[in-house]
Amino acid sequence: MFGWVPSASASTFMPPAATEVAKQVNSIYAFMLITSIISFIILIGGMIYFVYKYKRKTAADQTAYITHNHTLEFLWSFIPFVIFMACFGWGTYVYLEMRNFDKTGLEINVYAKKWVWEFEYKNGRKITPTVDEKGEPVPSTIVVPINTPVKMIMTSVKVTPQDKAVLHSFFVPAFRVKQDIIPGRFTALTFTPIIKGNFHIFCTEYCGTGHSTMLAKVKVVSQEEFDQWVLGESGGGSGKELTLADKGRDAYAKYACIGCHSLNGSASTGPTWKGLYGSTRSWNDGGSATADENYIRESIWDPNKHIAKGYEPNKMPAFKGMVSEEEIAAIIEFMKTVK
Amino acid sequence: MASGASYLEGERGLWSWLTSLDHKRIGLLYFFSVAFFFLLGGIFALLIRLELFSAGATIMNHDQYNRAMTYHGAMMVFFVIIPGIPAILGNFFLPLHIGAKDVAFPRVNLMSWYCLMVGFVLAAGTMYLGGVDTGWTFYTPYSITYKTVTMLMAFSVFVAGFSSILTGVNFVATVHRLRAPGMTMNRMPLFVWAIYSTAILQVLATPVLGITVLLLAMENIFGIGIFDPELGGDPVLFQHFFWFYSHPAVYIMVLPALGVISELITTFSKKTIFGYTAIAYSSIAIAAISFLVWGHHMFVSGQSEIAGITFSVITMLVGVPTAIKLFNWLATLYKGSIQMITPMLYAMGFMFIFTIGGVTGIYLATLATDIHFHDTYFVVAHFHYVMVGGTLMAIMGGAFYWLPKMIGKMYNEALARMSFVFVFVGFNVTFFPQFILGNMGMPRRYFDYLPAYQSLNRISTVGSWMIALGFVLALYAIVQAVFRGAKAPSNPWGGKTLEWTTTSPPPHENFEKTPIVTAGPYEYR
Repeated sequence: MFGWVPSASASTFMPPAATEVAKQVNSIYAFMLITSIISFIILIGGMIYFVYKYKRKTAADQTAYITHNHTLEFLWSFIPFVIFMACFGWGTYVYLEMRNFDKTGLEINVYAKKWVWEFEYKNGRKITPTVDEKGEPVPSTIVVPINTPVKMIMTSVKVTPQDKAVLHSFFVPAFRVKQDIIPGRFTALTFTPIIKGNFHIFCTEYCGTGHSTMLAKVKVVSQEEFDQWVLGESGGGSGKELTLADKGRDAYAKYACIGCHSLNGSASTGPTWKGLYGSTRSWNDGGSATADENYIRESIWDPNKHIAKGYEPNKMPAFKGMVSEEEIAAIIEFMKTVK
Repeated sequence: MASGASYLEGERGLWSWLTSLDHKRIGLLYFFSVAFFFLLGGIFALLIRLELFSAGATIMNHDQYNRAMTYHGAMMVFFVIIPGIPAILGNFFLPLHIGAKDVAFPRVNLMSWYCLMVGFVLAAGTMYLGGVDTGWTFYTPYSITYKTVTMLMAFSVFVAGFSSILTGVNFVATVHRLRAPGMTMNRMPLFVWAIYSTAILQVLATPVLGITVLLLAMENIFGIGIFDPELGGDPVLFQHFFWFYSHPAVYIMVLPALGVISELITTFSKKTIFGYTAIAYSSIAIAAISFLVWGHHMFVSGQSEIAGITFSVITMLVGVPTAIKLFNWLATLYKGSIQMITPMLYAMGFMFIFTIGGVTGIYLATLATDIHFHDTYFVVAHFHYVMVGGTLMAIMGGAFYWLPKMIGKMYNEALARMSFVFVFVGFNVTFFPQFILGNMGMPRRYFDYLPAYQSLNRISTVGSWMIALGFVLALYAIVQAVFRGAKAPSNPWGGKTLEWTTTSPPPHENFEKTPIVTAGPYEYR
C-alpha cells in the first residue's frame, strides 16, 4: 500500500528490517508501543470513565476531600521509572551495537555536497549522480555485498571554493542507521545488510534548497555479484581507475610530503607515515591522541595545532585550502597501506 | 479613577493602552499581538501543508517552501508559544492569584512587551531582505552562508529574548515579594507554581540564547572562528549552545500549560487537587532537569557515544515528574463533580494529546529508536503533540475559562464547544499520520517526498484545514462574547482561587481590599 518492498511491516509501518540491528530496533519499538498503549488506556480510559461516572448532577454536589495517597504516588512514580530505565538500557545496548566498527569488511568514502551524494570505493571506483537519456536525474547508487559489515567514512564537501560546506545526514530507513555529516570533520557509521534489495538513502539534516532531492540508493547484492560489479564488468566502470590508495600516493608526491615524511620508518623533518595510522601520537605538550581520520586531517590542514614529541613546530606549512577533502581521504587510505 | 470602576474603563484611547502600566491591560496587549503572530504562523503552516498535499512542486518552489517552514517555526516558537501563556494569562492572573495589586515592576512589564514588538518588526524586516531559509534552529554553517539577513533574524530573536528575560525577572520578584497576607508559598495556586518555575527558566536559559547570538555576530563581523569550520570553529558547538537554551525553552512553553490544566481540572471537578505538593515540586523538578538534557537533540550530531548515553538516561528522568502530573490529574477527577463544558473539554483534550506526546518522547529518548526517528516526521509529530497539542489546548482552555473575568462577558457555549471539536479532531487528523510517516522514514523539512508518503500527507493536510476552522470558530466565539455576551458574574464556575473573589472585570488595582488568605487554593469541602 505504501510502496515499500513487500516485507515492510503492515502493523507498525516500519520499513523492512534489512539488518540485524534493524530487527532489534523493531523489538524495542514493539515493546514501547505495547507499553505506551497500556499507559494510554490507563490514563485516558480512566479519565473518560471518571468523566462519565462522576458527571456533575447538581451545582450543590459534594465531592470527596482527598489530598494524597503515598502508596499510589509511589507506584505511579516508580513503575514508570522502571519502564523508562528498561527502555534506556535496552536502547543503549542496541545503540552500542550500531556503533561497533570492529568487524568492518568494506569501507566506502562518502562525500556529501549541496545537494548530491558521491561515494568512492577503495579501488578508486567513484559513484556520482548522472542523468538518463531523457535528462531525468539518476541518483547515486552504491552496491554492497550481503552479510558484510560496511563502514561509511563521511565528510561534507563544498561545491565551489567560495561556497560553504554545510551539515548533511546519512539515513537509510531500512538499516535504521543515521549519522550527521559535518564540514571539517569525518564521521562514520556502519551496517551489515542481511537481505538483498534496493534501499533509499535520505539526507536528514536540513541543508538548503535541494535538501529534499538529496537522495541516493544502496543496492544489496550477493558477494559474487558484488565482486563482479566492483571489478567494473557489470557496473559500467572500466575497472582501470586508480585505487583510492594510489590517488593518495599521487597526492603524497604532488604536495611534496615525501620531502619530510618517509615511508620506511626512518624519522626525518616530520614523522614517518609507516604505521602512523591508528597509532597513539604523543605531543610535546604532554597530550596524546589516536591518529584517526580526524587527527590526520587536522595535522594536514593545521599542522601546528599539535606537535608530535621530538619534532619542532612551524616546520610544516598549513595545507588548508590546498589539499581537498577527497585528497585527504585518499591520503588517509594510502597511509593505511604503509604498515 | 473612581473606586470600583473596572480596568477596562477609566482612561480610554489607544495611547492610554500603549502606555498602560496595569498588568491586566498589558496582558491584553500581549493577547492581541500574540494572536496576530499566531495568525501569521498559522498561515505559513497552512501553506506548508498545502504544498505537501501532493508530491512534487504544487503551489511553491523549494526556496519558498524553506522560507515558509522557517517563518512558521520561528514565529510560532519565539513569538507565540514562548510568550503565549506566561505573557497573556500569567500577566493577567499571576497578581490576581496571589492577591497583589500588580506585578513587582510594572514599567519593566510594559517594556518587555515593547521588546517583543521590536523583535517582531526586525523579524518581519528579514522578509524584505529576501527572507531566511535556515529553519528556526539557525544551524551553522548553513545559516552563515547569507550573513546579513541571518544576523538580522538572530538579532530579532535576541531582542525578543529580552522580553522573555524581563517577564521572568518580574514574575520571580512578584511571587517572592507581593503575596497577600497569609498567602504562603504552599497556598499558591498551581498555576502560580508553574509560572514561577517557567520564570526561573526564562531568567536562567534565555541569556544563553543571547550569548549565542553575540558569538555568531562576533564570528560574522570580526571573523573570529567559533562555529565556522573554515575559521577553525566547530558547527556542533553551535548546536550545543542552541539547545542549551532551546531545550529549557521547550519547558518554558509547556510548564505554564501544565499550570493552567491544574486550575481547570480542580474547578470543573469541584474537588481539591490530588497531590498539591507533588505537582508543585514536579514543576520545579522538570525545570531543573531540563537544563541537563540538551544533548538528546544531538544523538546523531557527531557527539561522542558516552555523551549520547548520558543525555539519554537524564532525559528519561524528565518522564517521571511528567507522569506524576498526569496521574495526579486523573486522581483529582476521581469522586469529583465533573462539569464537561468548554474549558474542561480543552483540559481533557490536553490530557489526551499530552499523553501521546509524552509517551512518544520516550521513543526519542531511547538511543536505538531515536537514531531511526531523529529528524523524521516522528519528531515533528512528537513536538507538535507536546507543544501545540499541550500548550495551545491549554491556552484555549485557559482563555475560555478566564474570558468572563478578563472582559466581564460570558461566551456562547455551543460555539466554543464547536471550536474545541474542530481543533481537537483536526489536530489529531493532522499530526497522528505524521508519526506513521516518521516510522516509514520520511525526513522532516522536505519540500518534496517519495510517492509512498502521499496518502498520509493528504490526510494530514485535510486535518490542518479542520484546525484552522476550529480557531476561526474560537475567534468568533470570543468576538461574539465581547460584543454580545451576557454580563459575567464574579465567579461563574465556582472557582476557589482569589481572582474569583473580585468583580468581573477586576478594578484597576484588582481588589477593593487586599485579601487575607487563611487556607489553600482548592478548598472544596
